[in-house]
Amino acid sequence: MKTNKQKIKEKYSDTVNKCALFLNLLCLHALRLRGVWEFIPNCEVLQQLRSGAGNALCLCLQGLGFRPPPHSHSDWIGPPDKHSNLRPVIFYVPPEESALERRLREARQEAQASNQRFWARHNRAFRQEKEEFIYSRLKAKGLEMRDESGQKATLSAEEMADFYKDFLSKNFKKHLQYNRDWYKHNFRITFLMGQVAVMRALRWLRGRKRNVEQ
Amino acid sequence: MSAARSCRPPRALAGLFVWRLRSTGARQIPCRFVHLYHVTSNKLITFQYFNFLKRMQLDQEKKVVHKISSASPVPQSWPEMSRRNELREMKSAAETEDSVIPGGAESKEDRQWKEMKLRPDDLPGILARLSKIKLTALVVSTASAGFAMAPVPFELTCFLLASLGTGLASCAANSINQFFEVPFDSNMNRTKNRPLVRGQISPLLAVCFAACCGIPGVALLTLGVNPLTGALGAFNIFLYTCCYTPLKRMSIANTWVGAVVGAIPPVMGWTAATGSLDAGALLLGGILYSWQFPHFNALSWGLREDYSRGGYCMMSVTHPALCRRVALRHCLALIGLSAVAPVLNITTWTFPIISLPINLYISYLGFRFYRDADRSSSRKLFFCSLWHLPLLLLVMFTCKKSVLEKEDKGELRGGSHEMAMEIRLP
Repeated sequence: MKTNKQKIKEKYSDTVNKCALFLNLLCLHALRLRGVWEFIPNCEVLQQLRSGAGNALCLCLQGLGFRPPPHSHSDWIGPPDKHSNLRPVIFYVPPEESALERRLREARQEAQASNQRFWARHNRAFRQEKEEFIYSRLKAKGLEMRDESGQKATLSAEEMADFYKDFLSKNFKKHLQYNRDWYKHNFRITFLMGQVAVMRALRWLRGRKRNVEQ
Repeated sequence: MSAARSCRPPRALAGLFVWRLRSTGARQIPCRFVHLYHVTSNKLITFQYFNFLKRMQLDQEKKVVHKISSASPVPQSWPEMSRRNELREMKSAAETEDSVIPGGAESKEDRQWKEMKLRPDDLPGILARLSKIKLTALVVSTASAGFAMAPVPFELTCFLLASLGTGLASCAANSINQFFEVPFDSNMNRTKNRPLVRGQISPLLAVCFAACCGIPGVALLTLGVNPLTGALGAFNIFLYTCCYTPLKRMSIANTWVGAVVGAIPPVMGWTAATGSLDAGALLLGGILYSWQFPHFNALSWGLREDYSRGGYCMMSVTHPALCRRVALRHCLALIGLSAVAPVLNITTWTFPIISLPINLYISYLGFRFYRDADRSSSRKLFFCSLWHLPLLLLVMFTCKKSVLEKEDKGELRGGSHEMAMEIRLP
């Protein structure tokens, strides 16, 4: 049986959470008007937002642990991710983003997310299967994973060659599919970049013409 | 990268840490300056190394001072892979230290974030790396060898135009190759510091640069030299970007296509000089074609893990025995092709005799690689191939059958005939 105090505490924390979420989302929208950076549409970030957990804004801005300086109007690129070896990009969202620019940004985000998913999963599988292979081979030889001095036992390059061949052939179809997707993304993004560049150049020329006329 | 990361530790501590680094950095600067001055003035350095040193001087918070003293400067000629890697590692280590965010409390990870803004100062270096300038220089030198070996009087303007056109075509092809391979290059140690991977240049700019090099290059070859050379240049760009690059991830046949790509530049040099595709051009192309196999197969032997993880279909991973067999086969083919050269009147008979020792040596290393199949034999074969080719081409050039010699013989025959005619007619 909960005491009155406990009930009030629960209701209070519930309200505080709701207020915090409301304020956070308000701040987020305000920042969007000014021009804020959008991060990779990480599934986990979106899930957290949807579930309304605590600091939605905090997560959004700190999802990648880095915040670009407010005066900068360009994208920022970070160090390689430890799983996928790909460098994450924080995209700048200008306050007056045109539809074409938004399409370009979304295409880049989508490509980034898709590449991140593929390579993180692929590299994790490689590492795992490599460990299993080394373990099974060492066991077959009657050796332990670590020798007397505590050093991790390794196999020679020739023994590992069997694993590399096997892994490559197992993932061949997956790579073919990924290649197709990657080429499609790459061409689409580059084409959109071209269109945006032409649009910006025309906008600049129109601006100059107006200035000259004035 | 997961957003489920917990809140970061207080930034105040990070600020203190950064301040301490700054103060130690400032104290060390005078000594570093003197050391850097000695390094630059006493030794030959490459453009990249110089830029690296410039960056080091400008930035105060460097941790890699000890690495400068151990670095060896790379000579301008045929660089060795190990030195190139060392240089690249140093550069990447230094560049991760570039602090772009001014002042304030920033963690080490924050400093690794870079603004994706292209600075005009950086552009030449970025474009040099995008176009794989060292490989381009190699390609241009093989084209020059083809031009030099052609049995026609040497024309300087034609030579320069052909070299420039070939260089531009090579830059274009290399840029498109890097444009296609961004995520794969990120995952391989050898290629993870390329400009597109690091976001130093946008894909659009890379494509524009390729177009700005390729179109004038092919146009120069077609209009300034001859249409045959232009066609070969355009075909080579197509073969490299649209056949070799996608084929790398689909089948081991990519190695043979790549060997053809490497064989075409000397053929282009020959056709630029003579205007026709004859046996001599094909022989030179054949020598370069055969050379590619020991060179590449030995290189790929040490990269099997990266190729396997990256999804590249290479003989060294899928058919290791074939890989070594093909390398040996083509080492022996080089001896045969060198013997054919005098038969086709390109060189004198001294060429196969003088080139026999170096051809036998590379064949011996090829045999060792075939038999031992280990890292050390593959490295020996690779490094041998690096000096074998320039030496072979140099020997070929010195043994070239003189154009004057041929003309003299022809004139004598024609002259004596005319004299005979004069005697007959009163």
